[in-house]
Amino acid sequence: MESINKRSYMQKLKAYKRNPISLVLSLLVMLSTILTIGILLFLIGYIMIKGIPNIKPELFQWEYNTLNVSLMPALINTVIMTLISLLIAAPIGVFSAIYLVEYAKKGNKLVSIIRITAETLSGIPSIVYGLFGLLFFVTALGWGMSLLAGAFTLSIMILPLIMRTTEEALKAVPNSYREGSYGLGAGKLRTVFKIVLPSAMPGILAGVILGIGRIVGESAALIYTAGTVAEIPKGSDFLFDSTRTLSVHMYALTSEGLYVDQSYATAVILFIIVVLINCLAGFISKKLSKV
Amino acid sequence: MTKYKESIMKAIFFAAACTSILAVTLICLFLFINGIPAMTKIGIFDFLMGTTWKPNNTPPSFGILPMILGSIYVTAGAAVIGVPIGILTAVFMAHYCPSKLYRILKPAINLLAGIPSIVYGFFGLVVIVPFIRDTFGGDGNSMLAASILLGIMILPTIVGISESAIRAIPQSYYEGALALGASHERSIFFVILPAAKSGIMAAIVLGIGRAIGETMQSSWLQETRQECLPGC
Repeated sequence: MESINKRSYMQKLKAYKRNPISLVLSLLVMLSTILTIGILLFLIGYIMIKGIPNIKPELFQWEYNTLNVSLMPALINTVIMTLISLLIAAPIGVFSAIYLVEYAKKGNKLVSIIRITAETLSGIPSIVYGLFGLLFFVTALGWGMSLLAGAFTLSIMILPLIMRTTEEALKAVPNSYREGSYGLGAGKLRTVFKIVLPSAMPGILAGVILGIGRIVGESAALIYTAGTVAEIPKGSDFLFDSTRTLSVHMYALTSEGLYVDQSYATAVILFIIVVLINCLAGFISKKLSKV
Repeated sequence: MTKYKESIMKAIFFAAACTSILAVTLICLFLFINGIPAMTKIGIFDFLMGTTWKPNNTPPSFGILPMILGSIYVTAGAAVIGVPIGILTAVFMAHYCPSKLYRILKPAINLLAGIPSIVYGFFGLVVIVPFIRDTFGGDGNSMLAASILLGIMILPTIVGISESAIRAIPQSYYEGALALGASHERSIFFVILPAAKSGIMAAIVLGIGRAIGETMQSSWLQETRQECLPGC
């Protein structure tokens, strides 16, 4: 038995014969999709095949020198840089989203200014952030090329991302939650922290993870603010040491042109980190849709 | 006491919200303070319209017209490559794709969006540049290489946003077109796509914005050459 709304390939072909434009259009659609997927597979495959044989134990030695070209310091610096940037950006982003959603009155002029500035921030190219960081944090505040200057620059960069995702998450919390909380006698602050924030947490986390992805991938802004010294920051004033993250490490290796094999290996590590971050974000937002 | 706490916290939230205003003001302030004097010293016209960038010459000349034109050419090239492929892929994702395939494709496109630009740049350096060198001659570092790479880079942005714009069009549009005798392709391309126009335009603008802001791979692929490009 054939179902009535299913067409056989012969029928489809006949319909296309009468309608050549449709045939061309659908061929174009197929072609571009195959192209997109092909490029993706080729890119991943190429980097994996060239990179995985180059991942050697000496790449993970504690100290960087020109013999082992270790990426370990860069890896650790990436983690430190991510933590500090999040420590700065996450509270500010979440708090400003709370202000925008829970406190600000509708039609407030200031709110629209905040929205516009946040959108401006998300549109600024990262190299301009690098220049700004160099002018402000590195020179004007006198921090020098340092972990702290890089982290502050990055936190301004990811601030709009965290703000927007948190805003969406807060808006998705049904109003009945808030009303219920007020009805039980809780104040505004208690309602926000005990009721609204916990139920918006998966959305906020997904935003933070997206922010981590951007930090890990950033290179242009960091070259001018955090420098390119391939060492793990040490000592009591480690915040003012120059560091390089994994992306900057890869930029330095490739620009020098001497360590192409190690560049491939670094690309693989970066890629794996991005895949992990993506999986984590997907997992958390899946949890969100279940709630 | 609680009242006190409430108002303190409100002030903190407010201060946090003002951070983005502060950041934009600071960025503008510092860029303008440092940029305007240089511009006036060189002369705004000489700066924007000058065709040579030779800071070491005497007298030095600082014309950024070649760079402006270079940005425009490369971005236009990236748009020519990335926009049609991106929109057509979005159409596939929204209206052709079986749901089983979609469950693989969607995360794959997201992944493509998450790959750091440095990895893309490296890919361009080791794959696209040699490819162009072998196919078209020359040394391979070219606007073409940069355009192709940026076209690939903006694909996921355009696919993602266009797809959600296409999905936002009510199903009744499609059904109505089918009922009037249009084929599947015709209903999509002549009814749904025009209806989703504004969303798709937003996708294109965001994609192009990303292309203009990219530096790393352009610096590798174009050898930051500053002579005047043909056509200016």
